[in-house]
Amino acid sequence: MKVTIDGQAIEVEPGTTILQAARMIGGEVVPPAMCYHSKLKGSGGKCRCCLVEVAKGSEADPRPMPKLMASCVTGCQDGMEINSKSSPRVQEARKSVTEFLLINHPLDCPVCDQAGECDLQNLSFEHGKSESRFIEEKRTFEPEDIGPNIQLHMNRCILCYRCVMVADQLTDNRVHGVMDRGDHSNISTCISKAIDNEFSGNMIDVCPVGALTDKTFRFKSRVWFNKPYDAHRDCPTCSGKTTVWMFGNEIQRVTGRKDEFHEVEEFICNGCRFDHKDVNDWVIEGPRAFEKDSVINQNNYVKKLETVVINTEETILLGREVDRKKISMAEIDYNEKIDGNPVNSTKNG
Amino acid sequence: MSIQEISLSGRKKVVSNKEMTFLERMYLIAIFKGLWITLKHLFRKKATIQYPEQVRERSEVYRGQHMLKRDELGRENCTACGLCALSCPAEAITMKAAERKADEMHLYREEKYAEIYEINMLRCIFCGLCEEACPKDAIYLTISKELVPANYDREDFIFGKDKLVMPLDIAMKNNQLKTVN
Repeated sequence: MKVTIDGQAIEVEPGTTILQAARMIGGEVVPPAMCYHSKLKGSGGKCRCCLVEVAKGSEADPRPMPKLMASCVTGCQDGMEINSKSSPRVQEARKSVTEFLLINHPLDCPVCDQAGECDLQNLSFEHGKSESRFIEEKRTFEPEDIGPNIQLHMNRCILCYRCVMVADQLTDNRVHGVMDRGDHSNISTCISKAIDNEFSGNMIDVCPVGALTDKTFRFKSRVWFNKPYDAHRDCPTCSGKTTVWMFGNEIQRVTGRKDEFHEVEEFICNGCRFDHKDVNDWVIEGPRAFEKDSVINQNNYVKKLETVVINTEETILLGREVDRKKISMAEIDYNEKIDGNPVNSTKNG
Repeated sequence: MSIQEISLSGRKKVVSNKEMTFLERMYLIAIFKGLWITLKHLFRKKATIQYPEQVRERSEVYRGQHMLKRDELGRENCTACGLCALSCPAEAITMKAAERKADEMHLYREEKYAEIYEINMLRCIFCGLCEEACPKDAIYLTISKELVPANYDREDFIFGKDKLVMPLDIAMKNNQLKTVN
């Protein structure tokens, strides 16, 4: 099947959604996605961030679709023509969706631990307005304790249901979910039950905003002050492949490895995430690379730092041993001889 | 014209290396010439000032010492978001955040506050980017007369919260002024 997104054509398998096709092309045509997560079945279609315009339905029925479609749940058809970033209608819709998502968001990014790796921050940076038109009071909830490892900030939640799906599809006994309806709907455990499943920590990684954050990392640092490294360990319960966030020689946080669309590559267990903060527990593979414009890259070197060794030009790069001694002024012996000649002799190299 | 004689700037002078005469070798005229210059400067206006006592006039956008502001209720504005440290080109700012306890509501405005906030005044270049980056209006470069007071130890130039946070009496005075106006 051939689909064209923003003028770029690509061959895809039947059953591929528009969002997946756009991600295969990559670059600017990829619609933003807040609720869709490729590894969670049934996710998507809730946040409406990924709206695209279908200018031509298919080869068989070339009529355009009358309304903007959520690309994460709309399948591709042969000969489909889609406008994503190039369409002003789509841009306008995404702007409005962002404004709606931010209506009840507390905008406490300076306090929030997710700041710097937050999907909502990226979305509003790309599509949002610099000021809010909402003058009414924001919806707030009483803070609730949902266990020793995970911090819940219900005010920041955008109700994407990703965490509920993680608990459903990864663990066998889900104890939290979305309670109440409409404006009152909120993530909560049933009658204040602590979440203690071995894989529950993945809720933190899939949360696109700062509603679920790591309690062991709470207010410890900002993500851009940490240096992320890929690391692994032999873990009996999970793959053990993680990203460790270091500050000096201290591991401050362990997360799953997230790809370019901020989706977790492999889910990790709570043992790896919360209990192994010692450097000796991990085999560090190397720096983790992030998108070029990510704040996490600030002051970080994403490539391995290796000094260049040019054997033939060693003396040119480093200078003569005796000169270096002189520059550092350590125990200079002016009567020292090189190959039997005085130091200042012209016969020296 | 040969390359040695071309002068692109027009200020090229050919230095002669001629033998000095007996009078010139005595250096007497040269000494008096030099002394005359010294004497002239004695009666000119002084270029220096007596610094700590006298201060030069400053520009209107002068950036002096930093201050961490308090709000009208006397609570600290800073939430240790780290944007000042991130924007600092001299990497002079470090901080450590802590969570506000229930009985500290009157001290800090937000849930998180800076437990340690240090500016290395030896590194600071007073560019004001921290002030620009601050989302909470917390850090300000004041119009203080002194930039950094003189001191003996290098450690004394690392300013902690004791020197940076706005004193409570100034906060109270500000609040009074606000209510009067």
